[in-house]
Amino acid sequence: MPANEKIRFENVAKSFIVRDPKQKGATQSFTAVKDLSFTVKEGEFITLVGPSGCGKSTLLDLISGLSSPSSGRICMDGKEITGPGLDRGIVFQQYALFPWKTARGNIEFGLEAKGIPKHERKELAEHFLSLVGLSAFANRYPHELSGGMKQRVAIARSLAFNPDVLLMDEPFAALDAQTRETLQSELLRIWQKTKKTIIFITHGIDEAVYLGERVVVLTPGPGTVKKIVDIPLKHRLEDADIRSHPEFVKARHEVWNLLHELEYQGAYI
Amino acid sequence: MENVKAVPAALQTKRIKINFPLNLRKLFKQSIVLVLLALVWEFAPLTGFADPAFLPPFTDVIQALWNLILSGELFHHFAASMVRSLSGFALALVIAIPLGLTIGWYPLARELLNPVMELFRNTAALALLPVFMLILGIGETSKIAIVLFACTWPILLNTIAAVGNVDPLLIKSARSMNISSFKLFVKVILPASVPTIFTGIRMAGTGAILVLIAAEMVGAKEGLGYLITYSQYNFEIPEMFAGILTIALLGLIINQGLSMMERKLSKWKQQVNG
Ligand SMILES: Nc1ncnc2c1ncn2[C@@H]1O[C@H](COP(=O)(O)OP(=O)(O)OP(=O)(O)O)[C@@H](O)[C@H]1O
Ligand SMILES: [Mg+2]
Repeated sequence: MPANEKIRFENVAKSFIVRDPKQKGATQSFTAVKDLSFTVKEGEFITLVGPSGCGKSTLLDLISGLSSPSSGRICMDGKEITGPGLDRGIVFQQYALFPWKTARGNIEFGLEAKGIPKHERKELAEHFLSLVGLSAFANRYPHELSGGMKQRVAIARSLAFNPDVLLMDEPFAALDAQTRETLQSELLRIWQKTKKTIIFITHGIDEAVYLGERVVVLTPGPGTVKKIVDIPLKHRLEDADIRSHPEFVKARHEVWNLLHELEYQGAYI
Repeated sequence: MENVKAVPAALQTKRIKINFPLNLRKLFKQSIVLVLLALVWEFAPLTGFADPAFLPPFTDVIQALWNLILSGELFHHFAASMVRSLSGFALALVIAIPLGLTIGWYPLARELLNPVMELFRNTAALALLPVFMLILGIGETSKIAIVLFACTWPILLNTIAAVGNVDPLLIKSARSMNISSFKLFVKVILPASVPTIFTGIRMAGTGAILVLIAAEMVGAKEGLGYLITYSQYNFEIPEMFAGILTIALLGLIINQGLSMMERKLSKWKQQVNG
């Protein structure tokens, strides 16, 4: 195992048992992802793009240990992933905050799961609320927060129990463009500060290129790696207009081409 | 310094000025129809619109109610009814909630018990009253048992539904933090189920009174239901209406109390029209 390797996918495939539409009562196997092999480096920000239904969320469930691959294996720090753990934090697309807990209570939930004593929990929760700029909203319930705030709480909750890897499934998809951009740069700032490995799923090409050091382009279902594109951007946060930087435009074009090539092929299958 | 003090004082008067008439208006709106109803009740028998023998004037009923209170008779019947309905209700809580949580948590239990529960839930409790009296006699046991029976179903079925309907995403989110099944149950399933369970409890509270009164009318020597039928047999019509009024008030108080608790426990739920 190379020194800086964090997560390794070895020929991972996942299929589901689904009803057979042709035969009543019969079932068949449906392959969501197959032949997945790639590695994620320690401290890397990697983004995954692919068309809807290509198996991105399925892949995230596999890494989080909520489901297990049908064949192949996923290793983290050289050890096979066999179940969920607090070394991985997940941010879901639909926030998944506990509605009966306040913003602070939600963050404390993960800390409690980790077994951190009560008095420390409160302090830590406060720290992470301020990290996402929500100190003033600690006692609000989720339904009293805006979509962007909820997603920040969800991010704070995942960061608080200090996982090595942050898994994010289209976390900004439901937000308006402005909030999304703010949260994107906030996430980059947090990443630089915390040095976490981040696996970020999106279907936005712009988002993938802006955030990722590398972009993994997936094929339509069954999903597999089409190509991994390096994004050699250096000053994402410092350059206010990074999106019109020639390197950015070039990278976006490449990813765009890869995705549309797939669509074109798909039309003839 | 003076300025700082003056501002809150000004705000306060302003708030009172706005709120006071608002509250009065609300009170007026809530009571106007009731007052009109009482007036119609009062004057219908007096003007010969209704037979005073069957519908005595409202003030006569209030007078009868007052006498019943003074003689201690009302309290006696009221207490008897309360003991029965509260015992049955409390027993139902103790039995139905844990049972519902268990059935809801284990899919196999749900599948096995569903047909039985469907059958019982659709059996009107009062239809079973003769059976209860046959087996348990006409004493306290049969009355508490019928209240227990009537209260069990709404609580049980709502609890099962509550556990089954917890947002799978929340379960997924909690499981991703690697918590044990026991913790998942206590920290996620239970709090997420509280509002739905409480709806069942409120339904049971209303049902408890209804069923008990009916049971007391059929066979009892005390209780509000008995008071009503007894008064009717002896043609003490004002007393009969006094008993009915008491039951209406009791039902109102129970429902309001449970609703208030329900709101308090579900305050994290988004208010649709709040
Ligand atoms: N539990 C399941 N049972 C059967 N099929 C499933 C299940 N979960 C996912 N699938 C199928 O697997 C495929 C991939 O689903 P997945 O949710 O991973 O897609 P996705 O890439 O995340 O899509 P999107 O961008 O729309 O979120 C889909 O065709 C879906 O129908
Ligand atoms: Mg998805």
